[in-house]
Amino acid sequence: MTDIVLWGVLPYVMVAILVGGSIWRYKYDQFGWTTRSSQLYESKLLRIASPVFHFGILAVIAGHFFGLVIPQSWTEAIGMSQDFYHFNALFVGGIAGICTLGGIILLIVRRRTTGPVFMATTKNDKTMYVVLVAAIVFGLWTTLASVFLGEHGHNYRETVSPWFRSLFIFQPDIGSMAAAPFSFHLHTLVGMLLFAIWPFTRLVHAFTAPFHYLFRPYIVYRSRDIGNAPGARGRQPGWQPVGTRDRDRR
Amino acid sequence: MKVMAQVGMVMNLDKCIGCHTCSVTCKQAWTNRAGTEYVWFNNVETRPGQGYPRRYEDQDRWRGGWELNRRGRLKLKSGGRVKKLLGIFASPVQPELNDYYEPWTYDYETLTEAPLGDDFPVARPKSLITGEDTKIEWSANWDDNLGGTSQLGHLDPIVEKIRKESEDKIKFEFEQTFMFYLPRICEHCLNPSCMASCPSGAIYKREEDGIVLVDQDRCRGWRQCITGCPYKKMYFNHKTGKAEKCTFCYPRIEVGIPTVCSETCVGRLRYLGIFLYDADKVTAAASVPDERDLYQAQLDLMLDPNDPEVITAARAEGIPDDWLDAARRSPVYHLAKVYKVALPLHPEYRTMPMVWYVPPLSPVVDLLSDQGHDAEDADNLFGAIEALRVPVEYLAELFTAGDTEIVTRVLRKLAAMRAYMRGISLGGDPEEAVAASVGMDGERMYDMYRLMAIAKYNERYVIPKAHVEQAHNLEEMGCSLDFEDGPGMYPSEAFGEASGRPTPVAVENFYALKQRQTTGGHAEPGELRGRVNLLNWDGRGVPRGMFPEQDNPQMSTDSPAHSGGASGPGPDAAGPGPDAGGPSPDSGGPSGQAGPGGNPLESRP
Repeated sequence: MTDIVLWGVLPYVMVAILVGGSIWRYKYDQFGWTTRSSQLYESKLLRIASPVFHFGILAVIAGHFFGLVIPQSWTEAIGMSQDFYHFNALFVGGIAGICTLGGIILLIVRRRTTGPVFMATTKNDKTMYVVLVAAIVFGLWTTLASVFLGEHGHNYRETVSPWFRSLFIFQPDIGSMAAAPFSFHLHTLVGMLLFAIWPFTRLVHAFTAPFHYLFRPYIVYRSRDIGNAPGARGRQPGWQPVGTRDRDRR
Repeated sequence: MKVMAQVGMVMNLDKCIGCHTCSVTCKQAWTNRAGTEYVWFNNVETRPGQGYPRRYEDQDRWRGGWELNRRGRLKLKSGGRVKKLLGIFASPVQPELNDYYEPWTYDYETLTEAPLGDDFPVARPKSLITGEDTKIEWSANWDDNLGGTSQLGHLDPIVEKIRKESEDKIKFEFEQTFMFYLPRICEHCLNPSCMASCPSGAIYKREEDGIVLVDQDRCRGWRQCITGCPYKKMYFNHKTGKAEKCTFCYPRIEVGIPTVCSETCVGRLRYLGIFLYDADKVTAAASVPDERDLYQAQLDLMLDPNDPEVITAARAEGIPDDWLDAARRSPVYHLAKVYKVALPLHPEYRTMPMVWYVPPLSPVVDLLSDQGHDAEDADNLFGAIEALRVPVEYLAELFTAGDTEIVTRVLRKLAAMRAYMRGISLGGDPEEAVAASVGMDGERMYDMYRLMAIAKYNERYVIPKAHVEQAHNLEEMGCSLDFEDGPGMYPSEAFGEASGRPTPVAVENFYALKQRQTTGGHAEPGELRGRVNLLNWDGRGVPRGMFPEQDNPQMSTDSPAHSGGASGPGPDAAGPGPDAGGPSPDSGGPSGQAGPGGNPLESRP
């Protein structure tokens, strides 16, 4: 029963909150949708810690994709042995994880010790940091623990990964997930919590990563039309204003 | 040819007395909020000096503006798109608060609340960032009037450059120095590098009037614009996490009234008007290989509003006739292109800035009169311009990428105007030779004099209104008859007061002030309609909303039973005793910062 709730119901609740919350926030809080950068206050530590953390976590995300989405049978089909896979996961994943953890610890130390930065830290931020660090620590633990446990540790590609994929076809493979060790359960649960609070924290800035910058023209012209300004009603259907429209734009 | 209109400004530096009124009124209007304490959309720098933020002109360090790559194409000095995205997690060359200054206030409360003692209480400076005691070490105009120049003057990047080229020519001994003021706002460039740097695409140039704005809803706080702008006129609001900049007071411009900085300028040195330019040629003009050709390239972009071809093309682009008429009367066009006395600031940044400057002749005039010469004689002035290489070189570094010839030509024109008009004032015959010596005739000389020296309000500011047909598109709705007779004339919308569209604040201020200055009676505070607008308040009565809701029973007038507390007498009878004067008006905390009710403009994108 507990397993059904944890691995069959909670993931969907989390997704509902994540998607619904993000849509809600995007619609109603564009103004609050920002990185809330503190670089103006302090730059020296940030210049090291922030890239280490961010690039680290991008690598971690890539690793999660590789481990969770790509089935073991596929990697074996191209001749990648479990040994080789595991070595990579441990080595690359370990380095990325340690960078991420080191980066965020440095960022939190900076946040706590730099007066203005600490003053600009909200309760929301603090809660978010607790969950984020917990997710990183437990995740790193599952990776590093495999060094000390058995030959390769637990092969999550036979338990967690099938369950993860099964969620997308709405046939949650609860049994597989339930069979995974406690450390994986913990990491998954904290991860789900992180995604659930995501839309309501400053983490939302990740959802508007500006990839379109690579493609847009440098100079942006915009008419002063404010149809979508906050509080403004767009043009209503109905009668056109009477008079000459001498600045009709195509 | 794609004709576009651009609202531009020209500042006549000879008239600037460095009073900072523009800065103060601008700050009151736009940046008197938490998060923008250190921000001055308009600031006045004393030159030579480091400027604000310190040494912002040192682009080797700050990497602002554009440069040409090996193939001769424009490229952001701080790097291309991929490099920008890779550096997004910690902007590599963003100025820190210390490069601006740490804003502060004073602990005024101590002055009234300190216990009786032998020493006078002092109001200590408190940082507005940390709230702690602070030591004031710098500000937006710390080196005002060359203050500290003997120690810090060499830190001016331009002085540094000229000195390197000519071994210690600029001396900072008081008697040999020169000085002028440089008021700066956002340049509203034709080729803005802040916009090109913005990963989110939140910065945009308005098609109709060329004003560059930040969409507050789309800005995500990546901070690349701050690096991108070579003038460092992009600011990071550290409370909202968004970039902010000078808005060219677009709500005022849209209804045909000048910007706050221009309107309040004591020296009346600012000119506002529109330029017509060819938008298709901007990139080519910004890419000319030699920096010293950039001024001419920019000048060539500006189209002649009397040219029938331009008029046809402008109409085809939908520019209305009254805008074309305004372009023909535009004072900025005349100063920049007809008289050719206005120059763009730092054209070498290749952003095509649209706030232009008439360089100051005053360093020359001052020196001549100090030495006992006739500072209004054309020959004396011409000679001095030639002789005073240092001020001319300095001005050239500011306005023409180092081309002293152009600056000399402008200064000679100003000198000729001075001498020519002096001749007329003294009742003599106009000396046409003086006018001819700078390639002008008497009539044009007089027109230029009228525009620059007399500078009537209607000639300084030629601002076409945004069009009524587009009223539904305006951020601030245009004037209509509702506002004609002042603040008493607001109609209530269908659902009573405050329903429907809000009254444009700029319009409200404008008419309220006008009414107050012309009416015989009182301006009723009741007409403030619940929102506190101190500009409209004539000091009579206390408008609703001026102070925070009262939770202090002593302040309450309708419950005298509670008043006074243990000390007995009600508030009316509160005696001179030091603790009976208790109720302090700022019970709501330091509300002076944001102002109760805030500035209604601030929430607009």
